[in-house]
Amino acid sequence: MHPAFSILFFTTLAGAAQGLLVALALAQITGVATDGNLLVRAVGLGVALLLAGLAASFLHLGHKMRAWRAVLMWRTSWMSREVIVMPAYIALAALWWLVLYTGSDSALARALPWAVVVGALLLWYCTAMIYACLRFIQEWAHWSTVANFTLIGLASGGALACALAASAGEGALLAALAPWTTLATLLAALIRLYSLRRNAALRPVSTLQSATGIQARKLVQKSMGMSAGAFNTREFFHGASQLALRNVRWAFVLGLFVLPLALQLCALTSAATWPWAWAALLQAPALIAERWVFFAQAKHPQNLYYQVVG
Amino acid sequence: MIQWLRDLMQSPLAEGTGGAAQDISPPVRVRARQGETLAKQLALVIDLNVCVGCQACVTSCKQWNTSGSAGPLADLNAYGANPTGTFFNRVQTYEAGEFPGTDTIHFPKSCLHCEDAPCVPVCPTGASYKRAEDGIVLVDYDKCIGCKYCAWACPYGARELDEERQVMTKCTLCVDRVYDPLLPEADRQPACVQACPTNARLFGDIKDPESVVSKAIAERGGYQLMPEWNTQPANHYLPRRITAQAKPAEPQ
Repeated sequence: MHPAFSILFFTTLAGAAQGLLVALALAQITGVATDGNLLVRAVGLGVALLLAGLAASFLHLGHKMRAWRAVLMWRTSWMSREVIVMPAYIALAALWWLVLYTGSDSALARALPWAVVVGALLLWYCTAMIYACLRFIQEWAHWSTVANFTLIGLASGGALACALAASAGEGALLAALAPWTTLATLLAALIRLYSLRRNAALRPVSTLQSATGIQARKLVQKSMGMSAGAFNTREFFHGASQLALRNVRWAFVLGLFVLPLALQLCALTSAATWPWAWAALLQAPALIAERWVFFAQAKHPQNLYYQVVG
Repeated sequence: MIQWLRDLMQSPLAEGTGGAAQDISPPVRVRARQGETLAKQLALVIDLNVCVGCQACVTSCKQWNTSGSAGPLADLNAYGANPTGTFFNRVQTYEAGEFPGTDTIHFPKSCLHCEDAPCVPVCPTGASYKRAEDGIVLVDYDKCIGCKYCAWACPYGARELDEERQVMTKCTLCVDRVYDPLLPEADRQPACVQACPTNARLFGDIKDPESVVSKAIAERGGYQLMPEWNTQPANHYLPRRITAQAKPAEPQ
């Protein structure tokens, strides 16, 4: 598949924002002592990231003014479900920010962190199922897609929360979040490496023989029926070399998992707080690279029909 | 008035609550439900024995649909070095077997109007739908937001986003032609079928056992593409049969 940057930014920004909000909500639920001012700023950042993600998702659409129609088919379409859950989640996060800003201690203020956690899980599930429900894209049609979206969101958002806590000198919050963030990063790394292994070992179900019904053992395309490409050649091929794909894969494994884990372990075993900021900064481009590989690795069966210009 | 509001007011739901309904016949349901078995399914059957790869179906399809209700179909860079555009139908060429006994097979490909079309349920707006009355899969261009998700959900690559209009387009089985009472009876078939000089394209209802397409499928071993995904394509292909005379001599 061709990785569209609108979707790369949308899923990574929203995923990190959800992870950040979940980390802050869990800290509040478990009663970790935090400076209210930092919480307001951090939740505000989460809402801003979600809004940026939503804006990026609009860039993917050919008709942005008709986007409201996308809520209609929630009975059958995971995209429709996501389009409903995403703005609802932004509204929820914004309401939590408002409650924190006013410093209220009502029942609503105590219930909102729980709702933020549940909403984040729901949104990750909807987003991932958009890809995981396409049964013939074998790289995506697997539980690891949902696990990856959730765990990478938790890891990147947790790292962001730790970086914010470290820079604000919030020792208690950092101490509470740090081990869980490292655990989430480790789990995300394990599941993502497993999915990379699985992708490498996948055997395509569809072949040129099943695609054309021509039962010759040797079958080659001589012409795809056009000379200069079409939507079919632009949308479903990433156009990068195998070497580039391999390099981006290594880059994201290093930048998203290996180096941040090393930095986090360094911070956990010493009193240093600087590694948290570096871990979060390293992860930002690596998140985009990971999602790029997620799309580039997906082999669409329609590509069987578009092998040779002629 | 805005079209969607008008549609809503004219829908059977609104009539039911609005008191005296003038039409006593049951409302016609346009959209087929997911997994519904339809009584009628229009389809093409393509005979790979006689397709000569002349591309007449491609050009006649483009001509009819760019000027009809599905158009205009974009042509970008039409006079440049790399022209590209929206087509509903393509003819590809494959070579089967080992030299010297190879077979050149021309292979027309358009939307297969699957009976269980995977592109329809994923559409978030309902712009993509399957007609209950004849099984044609269509896109409502006024509702399409151009998110391309339906194209991802089609294993055959049958859908093309029109780069100028930024909506998804696909073969309509010439729905604006096959029912047109203003056309002579013989012309009420898809443009590609009419254009084919070798009669490689047959058109009809595969649910009617007496139709030309059902008979061709039954008698000639018509098959579906990518049966492994259980999409039940309505379009069928008739396999290449090599006659005794055409068979190359076995190497000594």
